[in-house]
Amino acid sequence: MPDAPGLELIRGEIERDCPGAVLATSYDRAQAALLVDPARVIEALTWLRDQPGQRYDFLSSLHAADYLPNEPRFGLHYELINRERVERVRVKAMLPDPGGEELPEIDSCVELFPTAEAQEREVFDFFGIVFRGHPNLTRILMPDDYVGWPQRRDFPVGGEPVTFTYSERRYD
Amino acid sequence: MTERLAEVGISTDVLDTPDRDREIMTVNVGPHHPATHGVLRLVVDLEGELVRELRPVIGYVHTGIEKSCEDKSYWKVIPFVERMDYVSYFFQMEAFCGAVERLIDLEIPPRAKYLRTLFLELNRIHSHLVWLGTTALDLGAISMLWYCFRERDKILDLFEMATGQRMHTRYFQVGGVIEDIPVGFEAKCRKFAEEMPIRVGQYEALLDRNEVFLQRTKGTGVVSRERLLELGVTGPLLRAAGEPWDLRKAFDYLAYPEMDFKIPVGTVGDNYDRYRVRVAEMVESASIVRQCLDALPDGPYIADDRKYVLPPRSELSTSMESLIHHFKLVTEGYRVAPGEVYYSIEGPRGELGCFVLADGSAKPARVHFRDPSFVNLQAFRDMALDSYVADMIASLGMLDPILGGVDR
Repeated sequence: MPDAPGLELIRGEIERDCPGAVLATSYDRAQAALLVDPARVIEALTWLRDQPGQRYDFLSSLHAADYLPNEPRFGLHYELINRERVERVRVKAMLPDPGGEELPEIDSCVELFPTAEAQEREVFDFFGIVFRGHPNLTRILMPDDYVGWPQRRDFPVGGEPVTFTYSERRYD
Repeated sequence: MTERLAEVGISTDVLDTPDRDREIMTVNVGPHHPATHGVLRLVVDLEGELVRELRPVIGYVHTGIEKSCEDKSYWKVIPFVERMDYVSYFFQMEAFCGAVERLIDLEIPPRAKYLRTLFLELNRIHSHLVWLGTTALDLGAISMLWYCFRERDKILDLFEMATGQRMHTRYFQVGGVIEDIPVGFEAKCRKFAEEMPIRVGQYEALLDRNEVFLQRTKGTGVVSRERLLELGVTGPLLRAAGEPWDLRKAFDYLAYPEMDFKIPVGTVGDNYDRYRVRVAEMVESASIVRQCLDALPDGPYIADDRKYVLPPRSELSTSMESLIHHFKLVTEGYRVAPGEVYYSIEGPRGELGCFVLADGSAKPARVHFRDPSFVNLQAFRDMALDSYVADMIASLGMLDPILGGVDR
């Protein structure tokens, strides 16, 4: 992990090359995180990946979380590793809920990190976050005809009726 | 023959097309197929025997564990997450417990660190044995399964002795482990750790000069190191391609900094290297088990923080305060201050990460597992493309996906 001053140095360098992309930093429980503008997340990730001396070129995990009732509601986490310096940094983008039937959108990072292909599909599947430019954004774990975004906090935990032979009637 | 067909009025257009040798046939493999190691479905486009396109379809054993975890207090999540990757349950427990310990800033005692390391490494051997047995079975070496499961059973005996369960042990707790190891465990475990390298030598004797095994594994399923890194592949698959990346060495957790072990790496990155790396890892793990037993520190096996850890059973009948703590911990559970942690460890298949988001209540607001099988499966297309169907099966075995972990 970069320590807290190291994180500020990284932020300063990004600020020089792409001003305004990083909104804030946080250093909590020995974990460094950069909060980036969701519209410029690709810019920040590209910088972290390609900048000589940084080389955060391994995306170990991409996942989302629902921060309801906080606003903006959805958080996307990109866990990057610099394998030379053996450091981790988390890039975080917060997306507001557009409300109604509309889905929140963000640019896909599949071209930067091909590993994100399945993980972005998983985030789409469970949170309904649309990744612009993803080659095949379909449900991955839930059935294709499923309706709803099950990992959202306002999606109730409840039983799915299971139909067995001769028991279909019970769930009418 | 063409003329005769024309005489009886059958169209010969299909026969005349220049592409008729290159006819593509789409075949469905699975989801219920013994060679897919679970319920994995593969939609494969074949040109003769060659795989030209491949789409893995997953989700058949998705049970919504991550969602269910949000409805359970922290200590009740532990048995849930164990059931994701059902072959490496100790690793899931460690990932989750470690993440929660980081959230509440709880230091675990040295004995607990060593015990956890010990059980993780036993579990790694167990997981690799299941892999070796089933994969060798896919390649026609049936007796390997019995030999591997013989040793696996000894590990399960050890688990049963220490925890009461053979699988899904719920042994790790937030703060340490639930119970100390019983009398006699150390001797039995040491005997196993001494024996294991000899057994590994016997497996190698069975496979390393087996012509069929060599032909099926050498030079098949090769993916370059750069491509594996792009695809986020970790664990033995990445190390077989020559990248010495192991989180046990890279990051400081549990008792690994005090252990003396090597990271086996391959050179070519073919299926044979994957086999060699995992087999060598078993020997290293047995050595870590021995070192843990040798250096096992005395002292408590679980942290002494009554706000998070159950008080000792003996205190319940004498101390009112302990009884209250016990009651609160069991009914409501402990509350965790808002925050988020991503904690990752080296599982038998690669980086196993756990993300926990706490919102201040007694239940986690989000539990996410970065399962290595899920990410590694993306490399399968690269391994199998333009190879024979038989090599595809070999590559899938060597990839070692556990579908419970993929689907969660």
